[in-house]
Amino acid sequence: MRTFRMGGVHPPENKLTAGCRILDVDLPREVTIAMSQHIGAPAICVVGKGDHVDRGAMVGKASGFVSANVFTPISGTVTGVGKIKNAYGMPVDSVTITATEEDHEKDAERPLWTSALRSSDDIAAMSAKDIVDIIGEAGIVGLGGASFPTRVKLSPPPGKHADILIVNGAECEPYLTNDHALMLEHPDEILAGVRLMMRGAGVDKAIIGIESNKMDAVRLLRGRLEGDKSVSVMELQMKYPQGGEKQLIQAATGREVPSGALPVDVGAIVQNVASAYAVYEAVVFGKPLVDRVVTVTGPSLSGRGNYRVPIGMSMAALIGIAGGIPGDSGKIILGGPMMGRTIVNVDAPTMKGVSGILILPREQSARGDVYPCIRCAGCVLACPMGLEPYRLSLLSAHSHWDSAEGEGIANCIECGCCSYSCPSSRPLLDYIRLGKNTVMAIRKSRSVQK
Amino acid sequence: MNQLLTISASPHVHTGRTVASCMWNVVIALLPALAASLYFFGLGAAVVILTSVAGCVTVEYAVTRWMFHRPATILNGSAVLTGLLLAFNLPSNIPVWIVLIGCVVAIGIGKMAFGGLGCNVWNPALVGRVFLLISFPVQMTSWPLPIVNRLNYTDAVTGATTLGAIKMSEMSSEAVAGASVDAGMTAFSVDTLQNFIGGVGGSLGEVSALALLLGFAYLLVTRTITWHIPVSMVGAVALFTLLIGGDIMVELLSGGLLLGAIFMATDYVTSPMTKRGMVLFGAMIGVITVVIRHWGAYPEGVSFAILLMNSFVPLIDRYVKPRKFGERRRVR
Repeated sequence: MRTFRMGGVHPPENKLTAGCRILDVDLPREVTIAMSQHIGAPAICVVGKGDHVDRGAMVGKASGFVSANVFTPISGTVTGVGKIKNAYGMPVDSVTITATEEDHEKDAERPLWTSALRSSDDIAAMSAKDIVDIIGEAGIVGLGGASFPTRVKLSPPPGKHADILIVNGAECEPYLTNDHALMLEHPDEILAGVRLMMRGAGVDKAIIGIESNKMDAVRLLRGRLEGDKSVSVMELQMKYPQGGEKQLIQAATGREVPSGALPVDVGAIVQNVASAYAVYEAVVFGKPLVDRVVTVTGPSLSGRGNYRVPIGMSMAALIGIAGGIPGDSGKIILGGPMMGRTIVNVDAPTMKGVSGILILPREQSARGDVYPCIRCAGCVLACPMGLEPYRLSLLSAHSHWDSAEGEGIANCIECGCCSYSCPSSRPLLDYIRLGKNTVMAIRKSRSVQK
Repeated sequence: MNQLLTISASPHVHTGRTVASCMWNVVIALLPALAASLYFFGLGAAVVILTSVAGCVTVEYAVTRWMFHRPATILNGSAVLTGLLLAFNLPSNIPVWIVLIGCVVAIGIGKMAFGGLGCNVWNPALVGRVFLLISFPVQMTSWPLPIVNRLNYTDAVTGATTLGAIKMSEMSSEAVAGASVDAGMTAFSVDTLQNFIGGVGGSLGEVSALALLLGFAYLLVTRTITWHIPVSMVGAVALFTLLIGGDIMVELLSGGLLLGAIFMATDYVTSPMTKRGMVLFGAMIGVITVVIRHWGAYPEGVSFAILLMNSFVPLIDRYVKPRKFGERRRVR
């Protein structure tokens, strides 16, 4: 079974919600749509207070090439335009939409996104540019967590050519099962989305990489390929961070993305299975990205499961649907436990990049006591980028930015394998992040000076 | 809900591996060797091991409590481990007061003087052992015979170790112009099987290769250590011995080679941080060991070889780096 070559760890999988069917969440009466739910420039608000918007209407327009449109999942009146506090407590521009009883009933009656259904002939006749334009128009971003606009990834810069699409179904983060559930319930839609993305990017080969703890999904997708030789499903050994872009490319193709380069430099484009599903919906139904599957989970959460969530719904409301915040909660995390971020503000809205909400009990929330480094080499052996985390964190702690840059601190993917494996519970990644951000800022100012 | 939520940066999970679990794992891996030493040396082994462990723990406690004014660190098992390893490097008839001096040097100078666990440059148990070897050469090189001395302590009947006998026969044969080298060797009659299971004289821990290998298997299975240092070290000894035409099985199974390769050279604190560094480190220890055994004044060279290479660890860590992901492989 294939995997990436260097480092990696295998944390307990804790896929508590594996096998849970995707449950549709009722449309909320109020949503808040953040203008910046992606990497790149924030969208520009195109509605004003008091405007009435229909379900699926655009409320924010992409403000550049690396940017994405944002849409409302409900009909209603714009009741607020301005700054709100996001999940991490930072002020962000957003639009709040409130539905009246009438709006709510109309949305509930209206069939889901079949008004703009395209015929298969129309779709077959589309050019690559048409497909990429539809994907861009629908505001689709990478749904694995990084939220990079999908259109940008499918349009390689001039002079570069991709020959393979790698679809990420690894879901190597513990606890998360949203991609798994999607693959089990919508295999044909995902494959259709994959083929559309292949056409859009002009590649004739795709590999869907899935870790071996999801053999049901592997078998199901393989069965639906129906002799299609251009797409293959690859079973991967369970190892974190398999879903990391560079790691996945190596696992699937053996190619190694050079340090500082992009996946397309080795001819690869990586997309998430959930993004493939969103592409299918956008192209076939004309549906913008207004909902996504979110795993809401935690050891003591009563209603844990995989939910199809209207993007912009408050997280408190979503957790409420999943049984409410348990009394022993110690930490609420957006995403998985290895790379997710803790929430400061539960009332903040969900966003495109939220793949999971994980609520850990108090006894699993505190870090261990920190002891001196015993030089066990655990972090060096665990690092999937071939770095020396102990040294980087030390250089960073002592503000030796030049040395840290020389040791490759900018290559860190912040996967957390080092801190995870440290027997002394040293905050390795905290210091490395600090150093990486500082080094990036120094590089930026250097290029400005030139 | 009125309790506070924790806010922290990722990752939010941890292996559960702690400093203490690593150290106690090595102690567990030493249990077969402990059992073997008690079986072969009986009373003497018990006295020396108990003294050494108690001494090391006491010194560590005293230093952290009254000199560092820090919380005690003795529960993390590293002092117990140093005590065991020091005892395993001593003969079973060594007086208690010498063992205690070894404890003070090992923990006090070898470890705590540098700032405690994680900061020391040299393997503490070996610092203690070598200090004793140089200070008390007579007591440190009289090796009680196994099994017959089960009920004896300082009054044990002693004999030579395999390597000691070979060294002596070499020296005496050199005196008579190399005439009776073969005679010397055969007179001693090296029994490989006996070396492997145990029963040839030596220090407490090195008596049974089998027990040490059991411990090695445990360390590998629990992923406490990787294979790199022990395998490269033993491999280097085998290869070098082959080159100079020695008896490989004797070199591998006698003396402290396996004890050193499995438990002393792999000490986290005093070994390199990268796989390539570990291989280089292990191989160099192997080479130096053979050089000392064959051309040095001492019959046994593992301790000196490890301490010597410990000194090179910062240098190895500086220049022997892992290959970074996405960095072009060096063109041949």
